[in-house]
Amino acid sequence: MAKSLLTVKNLSVCVKDKQDNQHKIVDNISFVVNSGEVIALIGESGSGKTTISLSCMGYARPGCFITDGEVRLDEESVLTKSLKELQTLRGKEITYVAQSAAASFNGAMTINAQVTEIPIITKAMTKEEAKNKAEKLYKELELPNPDTIGLRYPHQVSGGQLQRLMAAMAMISDPKLLILDEPTTALDVTTQIEVLHSFKKLIKNNNTAAIYVTHDLSLVAQVADHILVLKDGVHIEYGTTNQIINNPQEDYTKALIEAAHIMPDELSSSYLNTSKKTSLIDVQDITAGYGKKQEMIAVKNVNLSVEPGETVGIIGESGSGKTTLGRIISGLMAPKTGCVMLNGKPLKGDIAHRSRDELRDIQFAFQMADVALNPRQKIEKILGRPMQFYKKLSKKETRYEVEKLLGRVELPTEFSNRYPTELSGGQRQRVNLARALAAEPKLIICDEITSALDTIVAQQILDLLQSLQEELGLSYLFITHNIATVAQISKKIAVMREGKIIEQGFVEDVLTPPCHEYTQLLLNSVPEMRTDWLDKAVIERRQLLAELNRL
Amino acid sequence: MILEKNDWKSSISEIVKDLTPGAFLSILFLILVILVGLFAPWLAPFDQAEILTNESFEPPSDLLWLGSDFLGRDLLSRLINGVRVTLFLALLITFLSFIMGVGLGFLAAAFGGRIDSIISRVNDALLSFPALMLALIVINSLGSSFTVLVFTIAFIDMTRVFRVSRALAVNIMVMDYVEAAVVRGEGKTWIILQEVLPNSITPLAAEFGIRFTYAILFISALSFLGLGVQPPQSDLGVLVKENMQALLYGEYTNIYPALTIAAIAISMNVFVDWLLKRSSAKLSEEI
Repeated sequence: MAKSLLTVKNLSVCVKDKQDNQHKIVDNISFVVNSGEVIALIGESGSGKTTISLSCMGYARPGCFITDGEVRLDEESVLTKSLKELQTLRGKEITYVAQSAAASFNGAMTINAQVTEIPIITKAMTKEEAKNKAEKLYKELELPNPDTIGLRYPHQVSGGQLQRLMAAMAMISDPKLLILDEPTTALDVTTQIEVLHSFKKLIKNNNTAAIYVTHDLSLVAQVADHILVLKDGVHIEYGTTNQIINNPQEDYTKALIEAAHIMPDELSSSYLNTSKKTSLIDVQDITAGYGKKQEMIAVKNVNLSVEPGETVGIIGESGSGKTTLGRIISGLMAPKTGCVMLNGKPLKGDIAHRSRDELRDIQFAFQMADVALNPRQKIEKILGRPMQFYKKLSKKETRYEVEKLLGRVELPTEFSNRYPTELSGGQRQRVNLARALAAEPKLIICDEITSALDTIVAQQILDLLQSLQEELGLSYLFITHNIATVAQISKKIAVMREGKIIEQGFVEDVLTPPCHEYTQLLLNSVPEMRTDWLDKAVIERRQLLAELNRL
Repeated sequence: MILEKNDWKSSISEIVKDLTPGAFLSILFLILVILVGLFAPWLAPFDQAEILTNESFEPPSDLLWLGSDFLGRDLLSRLINGVRVTLFLALLITFLSFIMGVGLGFLAAAFGGRIDSIISRVNDALLSFPALMLALIVINSLGSSFTVLVFTIAFIDMTRVFRVSRALAVNIMVMDYVEAAVVRGEGKTWIILQEVLPNSITPLAAEFGIRFTYAILFISALSFLGLGVQPPQSDLGVLVKENMQALLYGEYTNIYPALTIAAIAISMNVFVDWLLKRSSAKLSEEI
């Protein structure tokens, strides 16, 4: 057995509030990392995983205090070191890759200057040595043009490339321990596996130990040797990756595995719709774009229809035009050409020219509930306003209806007196949904409403959507980049790429092979709960990409 | 997120807890000044126009606590009255400038496009005039009266308020909750009053404090130049100007009103700084 590199023993971290009361956010956590081994810390937001990983570098965020326990790196205690000693440790022995590389790079310096900064200022390497080392790392990370990419500025490379460059920055001084904090969460699904693959290769080749922090169990299955499951700062379960995935002991772990973004085993079978009704929404040959005369085309010749009581999923990577399509249907943006029909009647492009009843039928649920709810309005007002606006309810009726609505989205009625900041992320998303429901619409456009949520909470929201549909006969236009979510709840699906719908139809037909190359690429990017999945997926991905480019 | 019951008692005790020594002194002084302004006629020991001695620039004595002015009137009574006039004018000016500036600023942000650029460019043009020059020209050509003075300074201040409130509103207009109101079909009035205003109230309150200070300094400067408040009325600026001779005789008579202006301006700044720092600390706590 390899000798243990990092030992964390009985670690506890507290935050202090104004009254100097301590609240434990990490409670008595112990684990060991052996050299050349990857351990994953997994849990939802607020589970303390980032706090623990930062403690391994002897760092506590402002307001946090490491109250108990010890951290040993190579038998040396990290927590008792002075700031000066820590400075030589950080960035050299232990390095850190943050979630958003775009926010961590300085836009005014070339990439090379930033990647080689640490070894040069610590005089570990000469400029020339550092540059050569960086180029070697770029090659290893499979970046394009490894000998010239370092001369570019951060905005001149893609998000996935930047994330890999950040890993190069972390690896340049040959650290003993690499901490990866949700390194692929901000990336597109199709780039995610590519980045994951190069991280895995890098760790293996250099025999570095790593701590991988994430909320997505299916990702971790590909890279980690051991998994530590956390909840609210408390140790839930620890074991090898195979143990955790194939034989979880705790209920929480089981729930995590169930909610992971994996493809459902059975796709919803299409039912035969014999009676020809008019569609609820019929998008006819819409083209739209941005700029003064909409000259930058974002959506091109799109046709789409939504029947009453049915869910249509729209998937695609960022920049594929799926949100723009949602905005056009809701009237937030007028199309350049084409039109949207509601119940067989054409809708005006601009919101100001639509009637109140037309507006009421189509509601929009936003992605980020924390910016979609006015922080200065109580929940009662947020939910009550659409009722008063569309249905002219009195104050008393509104109060009654708001309470009913809160019950419908499974929130306690006392919440009507709270402000949005006093709710958790999942609760806010329920309020966000409830606001759309308050108008009693026929269609709700859900724009990535589960993307910012933890997997378990997202699953709950999806369940809620489904039960509301059964109860009220709503239609949903479900916009997302996650094909697994769409496959789970939609009846029909439209795949968008570069502003065009490249394939649409019933879920079963679209997602059952053989399908369009791009759909296959998206399908291929959904991690599976198998430890040997990644390598095969990357090879397939490259073949598909080559084919797509040829088309 | 820790929830607490919000009643006025706990919120006051929380404010008291957050006070820094500087903020505490500033607030105390500002309250004192406001009380003096409110109750000036009852607080002043003498009639401010009454000539009490034949001596100009008499040093402080038991009878005349701050001595006499250039005509032998009681300086303390004149100072108390001056505070009242200055505060009243400054408050009126700031209110007027905020009503106009915030209104136009929110309007420009809410409508955007051509309306926004027209209002903003006109405002930029006005901003490019040095404030004092503009005031001198207008007051000289219209003659100095109360109304002219108030509207001129309010107008100049408005251009500054416009910029701040427009910038605030533009940032709020792009938030998803405003978009949610737009997609609901809400009118501009609702969006401005219910979505934008409540979210900009704290920075606007701080801006109010700063503009109020500027208004005090501006009136005092104009009065000092002889274009502001005209005798027999007097404000703090007039007091500094008419007692300037005292310095030649080695007396401090006009230092007192000058110090009062400075003290009000400094306290207001310290108070506003504290307010802003506190609200931004609160905000990060909420997030």
